[in-house]
Amino acid sequence: MTAIKVYVPRDAAACSVGANETARAIEAEAQRRSIPLQVVRNGSRGMLSFEPLVEVTTPAGRVAYGPVTAADVPDLFDAGFTHGRPHPLAHGRTEEMDYLKKQERLTFARVGIVDPRSLSEYLEHDGYRGLATALAMEPAAIVAAVTASGLRGRGGAAFPAGIKWKTVLGAAGPEKYIVCNADEGDSGTFSDRMVMEGDPFVLIEGMTIAGLATGATRGYIYLRWEYPDAKVALDAAIEAAYAAGYLGANVCDSGRRFDLEVRLGGGAYICGEETSLLESLEGKRGQVRFKPPLPALQGLFGKPTVINNVITLASVPIILDRGAEHYQHFGLGRSRGTLPIQLTGNIKRGGLIEKAFGVTVNELLYDYGGGSLTGRPIRAVQVGGPLGAYLPESQFDTPLDYEAFTAIKGMLGHGGIVVFDDSVDMAAQARYAMEFCAIESCGKCTPCRIGSTRGVEVIDRLIAGQDADKQETLLRDLCETLTYGSLCALGGLTAYPVLSALNHFREDFVKLSAAGVPREA
Amino acid sequence: MTSPPPRRVIPIKIEPQVKLSTADRATVLGVCGRLKNLPGALLPIFHGVQAGLGYVPKDAVPLIAHELNLSIAEVHGVLSFYHYFRKEPPGRHVVHLCRAEACQSVGAAALELHAKRSLGVDFHGTTADGAVSLEPVYCLGNCALGPSVMIDDRLLGRVTPARFDELMTGVRTGSGPAPAGKSS
Repeated sequence: MTAIKVYVPRDAAACSVGANETARAIEAEAQRRSIPLQVVRNGSRGMLSFEPLVEVTTPAGRVAYGPVTAADVPDLFDAGFTHGRPHPLAHGRTEEMDYLKKQERLTFARVGIVDPRSLSEYLEHDGYRGLATALAMEPAAIVAAVTASGLRGRGGAAFPAGIKWKTVLGAAGPEKYIVCNADEGDSGTFSDRMVMEGDPFVLIEGMTIAGLATGATRGYIYLRWEYPDAKVALDAAIEAAYAAGYLGANVCDSGRRFDLEVRLGGGAYICGEETSLLESLEGKRGQVRFKPPLPALQGLFGKPTVINNVITLASVPIILDRGAEHYQHFGLGRSRGTLPIQLTGNIKRGGLIEKAFGVTVNELLYDYGGGSLTGRPIRAVQVGGPLGAYLPESQFDTPLDYEAFTAIKGMLGHGGIVVFDDSVDMAAQARYAMEFCAIESCGKCTPCRIGSTRGVEVIDRLIAGQDADKQETLLRDLCETLTYGSLCALGGLTAYPVLSALNHFREDFVKLSAAGVPREA
Repeated sequence: MTSPPPRRVIPIKIEPQVKLSTADRATVLGVCGRLKNLPGALLPIFHGVQAGLGYVPKDAVPLIAHELNLSIAEVHGVLSFYHYFRKEPPGRHVVHLCRAEACQSVGAAALELHAKRSLGVDFHGTTADGAVSLEPVYCLGNCALGPSVMIDDRLLGRVTPARFDELMTGVRTGSGPAPAGKSS
C-alpha cells in the first residue's frame, strides 16, 4: 500500500498561524496510529482564512480541511480524514471550493499544488516547457511573443514588458543583466512572496527566458530581507536548477549561459523603485537615479538591464508555453492577461485571487471576501499599496483595470487591496501616508524629502483645526508640488492616498468646513 | 640649489586600528574576505556581518572600508541608509512589528501601544533584561492575517495583545514558539 499524501503548506503566511505545528502533529499522530502517510509541504492555495489548510489525496482528487490547528489533528484522524471523509472542517474537493473555482490561475497555476522544493514535480506540472519553446526561437521572436501577449509590468507601473525587453535586445552587449524586483514593499501585497515560496522554479524559468530573449547572461533577484522563507526556497531551487543544467554555462545544452543569484535588501521601501534598486544592488545608498538614461540602456553597473517584477517574470513561461494568444485572450482593453489580486486587511476571507482584469472591487469584497472581518460595514479600501488611492463605497464598482483606476485618480499598482471598516479614521490614514513618505524618502529630491515632513505638520494642524481652510489650501498645494516635482513615484504618488482621503472622507478632518464655516468636532 | 628632501613613503595599506574584540574582528574580516570580490559587495557584507554579530559595529566600518578600498564615509553612508542594519547590539531576540496599512486595519496601532508599554521600550529599544529588541517594519507580506510580527526570522499572524504577551513569555523562557538565534 502506498503512503497517503497529506499536504500542509510551508508558506510563511500558513506557518504564521501554525502550519508547522499542524504538520508535526499529523506526522506524530500517523506514527502513533501506524498509518503510512507522507506529509508534503506545498505552497499556499491562497485561501488564507482557511490556513493552515490541510489537503489529502483521494481517488476523487485532493480534499481540503481547514483551518486545522495541531489540536484538531486527533479528531481529524478519528473522522477518517486520510480517506477524505466528512468532518466539520472539511470543504470537499479543493478545486471545487468557491474561492478557487472561479479563479483564472495562469501565473499561480502550480502554487499550492506542487512541492516547491521538487524540480521533478515542477517538470511533471508543465514546468520548463516555456523555456523549451524559447530555446527553439530567435531572441527577437521571444520578445515579439511577450509583446503580443500584452503583458505589462506587474510591479505597479504597468509598462509593457515586451517593449522593455526589445530595448535591451537592441542595446550593445555583451554584458547585460536581468534583474528581478522582489522588493515587494507595498502593504497589502504578498503575491511575489507566494510565488517565490510556492513555485520558485517558475521565476527562475522566466528570468532564464528573459536572458535568452535579450542576450543577458546574468540575473539577480533583489529580495527584501523581510522574506526569509522566500530566500530559502529560491536558494534551494537555484541550486537544483544548476544541478540539473537549467542554469549555468550551458543552459539545457544550448550553449547559452545564464547565471542567477539572490541578493537581500536592507529594509528600504524606496528600493522597490527600479533605479534605486539598481543602486542598492551596486552596493550604494538606494537613491533614485535620473531618467534618462533608461535602465534598459544603462542599468546595473551601467549595462543594459531588464528590470521586472516577480509576477511579470513568472508570467513569461506560460506565455511561451501556451502562446501569446492564449494569455492575451484574458482581460479587457489594454489590460491583458490575469492579475494576482491580494485581498487583505479587515476582510473575512482574505487571500490571493488570480483573475482576468475586469473584476470589480465589489465582487472581490463581498463574493470572495465575504465582507469585513469585524462584521462592521466596509468604509474604505486602499488599492495599490501605500501610494494608492482610498476608495469610498461609491467607487467599489470600479473594475480592476489599469486605465479605469487612472481615471479615478488611483492606481492598481501591484494588485493589493486593503480593507477598512467604519472604525477607520481617514485623517489618520492621510497623515500616515505622509509620514510613510517621510520615513522612506531617499532624500534625493526636495519635494519628497522636505514636502513629506511638512505634509505631516500641515495635516496635524488641519486635524487640530488651526485655520483649517488655509491648511487645506496649503495641503492641496503641497500635494501638487509633490506630484509634479518629485523625481520618482514615492513623492509623486503620495498625493493619491492623501487627497483621496480628503476628498472622499472630508468628515474625518473634523474641524474642516464644508462651505467655509468651521464646524465643531 | 638644494637637493630635494628624502622621499617619505606613505603606506596606504595600513589596517585600521579599531576597537573590536579579536573574535569580532575575525568575523568581519572573514565576511569581507569571502564576499569582497562580488560585484556590489557592500550589502552582502553588511548582511554577513549582521548575521554573525547581530549588528554592524561602528568600528567595523573602517575595517570594511579598508577591505573594499572605499572611504569610511562611503561605507558609513551606505550603512546608515538602510533601516535593517543595526548599529547597536540587539537583544537576544529581535521583534519586528508591522506598522503598515493592512495591519493597521485590524488593530496594529493598539498592538504597537501594547508592545511598547508591556516591554517598556520604544521602537529601536532593547528591554532591560536584554531579551527583546523592538523594531518597526513596513509590511511582512502577511496582510490577510494581520496584525503581524516577526520574531527573529519567524513570521506570526493574528497577533492580539494577549497573544503577543504569550509570545514574549515564550521567547524569554526559551520554550518557543520562536526559535533562538539571530535573524538572517
